[in-house]
Amino acid sequence: MDIFLDILISASLWATVLRIATPLILGTLGELVCERAGVLNLGIEGIMTLGAMVGWMTVYQGGDLWTGVLVAALAGMLAGLLHAALTVPLGLSQHVTGIGVTLLATSLSYYTYRLVLPQATTPPTVTPFQPIGDGSLLGSLPVIGPVLAQQTPLTYFALAAVVVVAWVLHRTPVGLAVRMVGENPAAADAQGLNVTGVRIGAVMAGSALMAVGGAFLTLSAFNAFFFNMINGRGWICIALVVFASWRPGKALLGALLFALFDALQTRLQQVSGAAIPYQIYLMMPYVLSIVALIVMSRRAAYPRALMVPFRKGER
Amino acid sequence: MRLEARTAVPLWLTLAAPAGAVLTAFVLCAGLIAWSGAPVLEAYGRLLAGAFGSRFALTETLTRATPLILTGLAAAVAFRAKLWNIGGEGQLYLGALAAVAVGSGVISLPAPLLIPVVMLVAMAAGGLLLLGPAFLKTRLGVDEVVTTLLLNFIVLLFVSMMLEGPMKDPMAMGWPQSAPVVSDAELPRLVPRTRLHLGLVIAVLAAVAVWVIKSRTVFGYEIRSVGSNPRAAAFAGVPVNWVVLRVALLSGGLAGLAGASEVMGRTGYLTLDMSPGYGYGGIVIAMLAQLNPLGCIAAALLVAGVFVGADAMSRAVAVPNYIADVLVAASLLCMLVGMLLVRYRLRWR
Repeated sequence: MDIFLDILISASLWATVLRIATPLILGTLGELVCERAGVLNLGIEGIMTLGAMVGWMTVYQGGDLWTGVLVAALAGMLAGLLHAALTVPLGLSQHVTGIGVTLLATSLSYYTYRLVLPQATTPPTVTPFQPIGDGSLLGSLPVIGPVLAQQTPLTYFALAAVVVVAWVLHRTPVGLAVRMVGENPAAADAQGLNVTGVRIGAVMAGSALMAVGGAFLTLSAFNAFFFNMINGRGWICIALVVFASWRPGKALLGALLFALFDALQTRLQQVSGAAIPYQIYLMMPYVLSIVALIVMSRRAAYPRALMVPFRKGER
Repeated sequence: MRLEARTAVPLWLTLAAPAGAVLTAFVLCAGLIAWSGAPVLEAYGRLLAGAFGSRFALTETLTRATPLILTGLAAAVAFRAKLWNIGGEGQLYLGALAAVAVGSGVISLPAPLLIPVVMLVAMAAGGLLLLGPAFLKTRLGVDEVVTTLLLNFIVLLFVSMMLEGPMKDPMAMGWPQSAPVVSDAELPRLVPRTRLHLGLVIAVLAAVAVWVIKSRTVFGYEIRSVGSNPRAAAFAGVPVNWVVLRVALLSGGLAGLAGASEVMGRTGYLTLDMSPGYGYGGIVIAMLAQLNPLGCIAAALLVAGVFVGADAMSRAVAVPNYIADVLVAASLLCMLVGMLLVRYRLRWR
């Protein structure tokens, strides 16, 4: 039990939690924006892969880090536009289209990576975002300072994104429009809103956030691009959106909680040694996601028009 | 622009849709091949020759198509009942694991008995795996797409644990692979000196069986009614949840059979890199076939051809062979639009 407490109060654990949580926060926020507008975006896994590859490639080719993040966001928007174009005006199955977007974005990323670097056996690296350090304002705070000092700017970007998305969704006319087309598109249409336009815009914005989440992995958490590096994080984000009841604040909480479990299991794994096969630990995030879905299933208040295509003039 | 439902869909249009979709995907991907600096037409020529151009190429494509027919059927059956089973990959691996568990010497029976027993066990494993998400869907309304996707990762880790632990082959020089299936559980070769095995015949028979179930039995009628309108089906007295659970068993079973056919016919033992995404490929095949079981055979041949051909093309003109995955994914998206154009007419005003 003492070991457990020691782990819980160590600054390095909480620093790890924030690092693990960052891509999940961005991915969950992105998916949340899409779903609030009534579009399930299963392209998330592929869009995160695309963001990771494009962001890294931009920096590798000589761009600076923020340019890499921007290019990743733009690539995410393009993939989001593809998903939205097929599911919103054409009303195609959001499930199958999303899987298609994931397959396309993933394979395009791998193809491009191999085309540019045909013979890379050890993945080439870039200089990633650096922690903000002890000397910074946040790093010199008491108690939480050491945790905050170890974070990179993209983590702060993710935390700011939570506030911005929450504010836009709940306090601005744009957010009201997004929530309205996700709850009752016919009523939104009667109010003179362009349902198709709002939905496409929301999916593109959400996809940009997902792609930045992917770019965090190659430009901040690691310094190279690996195949399969997203490793189901996108699907976990979809479960987290349900867990968060489609609220940005709860999405942050869910991502942090999830990251805490993930960080703890890594520590416990080091303590317990080889008594339990390591695969059991690696399974935990996925098992936890399914458990979260089951726990929330009774209370899940899905946006009413989620996965319901809207065609003007049709009942 | 608006969409107008067609009153009748001509047969030629139904057949033209997948052809048009694949052709469009090839045209779109020509840009990617040109980007790599390779001559596009020669590259596609190499792809075609590598897939269908020689006796060896043809048997390789048929070998590749065998698991794809089965995973395509698994997706087609489930999608017909609007059960979005994206877990074909996990069901395939669990089926393969079950096949090596019972097929590697635990029970000894003559081959004509052992082969069906091993296959049934694999089907049961795959079917039971999908039963969980189907149960969560019918009982608690948990979206089965996410649960089946997450289960893929869990199953792969479970297989990895088994292959590095209790089921590791002690004779495998430390590689994480299972003990081989006994020779009585091996599927015989169809053509000597190639890898083509009896699994192909089994897959084709499975397609015929699924077609009969779909269009000639009460269960098939129930599947179609649940898929097109569950509420109306419930009013008509169809036990909707029970139908979904039985579909789950059938769909997961077919994917599990794909895994068994691979270890019993092609590899002989199970490794973690056995499937290059056959489960996900099944989704593409089901859509290209417009969920028609017999169409899955043709669609699987096409997709298998793209993968086998892309390897040949990659060797000849140095285009990364991930182009095959891009081609297949693009075909899926084009096909979705194609299916829309089959069902609806575009009016520009």
